[in-house]
Amino acid sequence: MATNTQTPVEVPVADRRVPVIAPGHTYSTITEKISNIVLTRPISLGWILGFLIVFGMLNMLMGVLGYLFVKGTGIWGINIPVGWGFAIINFVWWIGIGHAGTLISAILALLRQTWRNSINRFAEAMTLFAVACAGIFPLAHTGRPWLAYWLFPYPNTMNYWPNFRSPLVWDVFAVSTYFTISLVFWFVGLIPDFATMRDRAENLWAQRIYGLLAMGWRGSARHWHRYETAYLLLAGLATPLVLSVHTVVSFDFAVGIVPGWHTTIFPPYFVAGAIYSGFAMVLCLAIPIRSIYKLEDFITIRHIENSAKVMLATGLIVAYGYGIEAFMGWYSGNRYDSFLMWNRLHGPYKFWYAALLACNIFIPQILWLKKFRTSTGWLWLISFTVLLGMWLERFIIIVVSLSRDFLNSSWGMYYPTKWDWFTFAGTIGLFLTGMWLFCRVLPMISIFELRTLLPEAQVHETAEVKQ
Amino acid sequence: MNESPTYGSVYGLMAEFDSAQELLAAAHKTHQEGYRKMDAYSPFPIEGLADAIGFHKNRVSFVVLIGGLIGLMSAYALQYWVAVITFPTNVGGRPYHSWPSFIIVTFELTILFGGISSAVGMIALNGLPMPYHPVFNVPAFTQASENKFFLVVEASDPQYDPAGTRAFLSGLAPRMIAEVPS
Repeated sequence: MATNTQTPVEVPVADRRVPVIAPGHTYSTITEKISNIVLTRPISLGWILGFLIVFGMLNMLMGVLGYLFVKGTGIWGINIPVGWGFAIINFVWWIGIGHAGTLISAILALLRQTWRNSINRFAEAMTLFAVACAGIFPLAHTGRPWLAYWLFPYPNTMNYWPNFRSPLVWDVFAVSTYFTISLVFWFVGLIPDFATMRDRAENLWAQRIYGLLAMGWRGSARHWHRYETAYLLLAGLATPLVLSVHTVVSFDFAVGIVPGWHTTIFPPYFVAGAIYSGFAMVLCLAIPIRSIYKLEDFITIRHIENSAKVMLATGLIVAYGYGIEAFMGWYSGNRYDSFLMWNRLHGPYKFWYAALLACNIFIPQILWLKKFRTSTGWLWLISFTVLLGMWLERFIIIVVSLSRDFLNSSWGMYYPTKWDWFTFAGTIGLFLTGMWLFCRVLPMISIFELRTLLPEAQVHETAEVKQ
Repeated sequence: MNESPTYGSVYGLMAEFDSAQELLAAAHKTHQEGYRKMDAYSPFPIEGLADAIGFHKNRVSFVVLIGGLIGLMSAYALQYWVAVITFPTNVGGRPYHSWPSFIIVTFELTILFGGISSAVGMIALNGLPMPYHPVFNVPAFTQASENKFFLVVEASDPQYDPAGTRAFLSGLAPRMIAEVPS
């Protein structure tokens, strides 16, 4: 081309970082490698065994929920004063995990982070399954889930309407919007890849199903133009949305007057914690997936290390939140707030508070060392620790505050029952069943977005047509 | 234009290219040549390609704006109507029109309506779902979702002429040229 004289900084000059896509790939190799996982790779014994386990856990969830619907929430460990228990702990934990998916797909898209393209698809899938798991808990916790539609405003013979001043109603809108927009975003991102799958599938039914989902996508320049606008706008809308969802979840607490909940730091601290646990889950999934499906060329050490850095940064924000909670306990001079801090450190749940600090604050600090950020084995362990830690955080926030409120006479203890544990494990089964199937039926990396990362996809306007 | 019988049975002429750069250059030249009823097909979005075929502005953002505004207004109106008019409830002595509490649902529904309109608007403006399209009749077109780049000049273009357009497209050095049956 005649324009080589004025090539600006389009080609990165000696980028010493690990590339986001291993060298030597072409449009075809990317397409083949990702689509063949779905289209031609035989189902392995390991996949079937794993699926039986996670599907078994999902069935356990169904059984446990069935029993719950028959007997009522009395089978759980919740009581007065601790009315929230596992249901809300797990709800907040799962919703938080979902946040990394939207962060990766929306915020990193707006920031033009090319490394997002290899991990956004399955991180978004993770979001959907995590939000589905989260949704089960408040529904079950209502006690009469078959009446859950009462939460929505609709004209009814009772002539009754929801109270829009209640954070619990805000939650209904925030979480249902979040799920819907995540699903829409995910589906829009999949349309061009459905077309690829349709064109590559040999099996008639696969052709039909992917063809149906692709809706006749043909890659027209006009379509791409609208597509890119729509995708950018969705990213722009999903960005404030993801920040708002955990903010609204934190309002469930912050609007209440219980010591340890009624603080202004809750929204940012919850959002940071959500992204923290979300990236931990991304790493917990990405590390095994890239090794099982040999995707090291697309999910490189750069992705792994960047996720670890995000985890470290959000972990520090969470640590700051803990620090401020402790500081305000002392500085406010409020005896209930200072008692809360004392109770966390020395009360009946002190072991769990210590475990929380270890999992969320101290252990992840080893991510400052590059050696641990780039070693997948270590990083998986650290991510798992963070997931435990974030679960403990919600346990501490809910149980410690509720079990020791203003009046000694209303103090109590909370012990989860086996049904609580079965339900929690069951949602893990639901989440993993979703991921298990997703890996086999949909391209788990965005194929068309990876194509745009190849050097030959970079075009420049030719001089003779510029007028 | 004496090939009137072909009109109706032929959708246009398709040229296949190997690279995004070649397709972009070819699209520019074809548009400069005066063709307007044309389209370019690629396995990923190419910067400037829509401009090259003369498609500069789409209305997706307008649809999203309208969708978002509808979400915003209907959410606030609903809450106002519920909390002030049809079902006023005294909650802790707060005013019925306690607008700060209404911001959150208003915000969420703005995002919800805006987001759904962006997806639905994009799909609808693109004319999808459209299971059948003549370009799919060319066997090589399956590569359009993988690694090949296509330019189609449609027979409905006033300047279209089977021989002349074919000659012009050959001048762009494509890998192959195919007639697209309609």
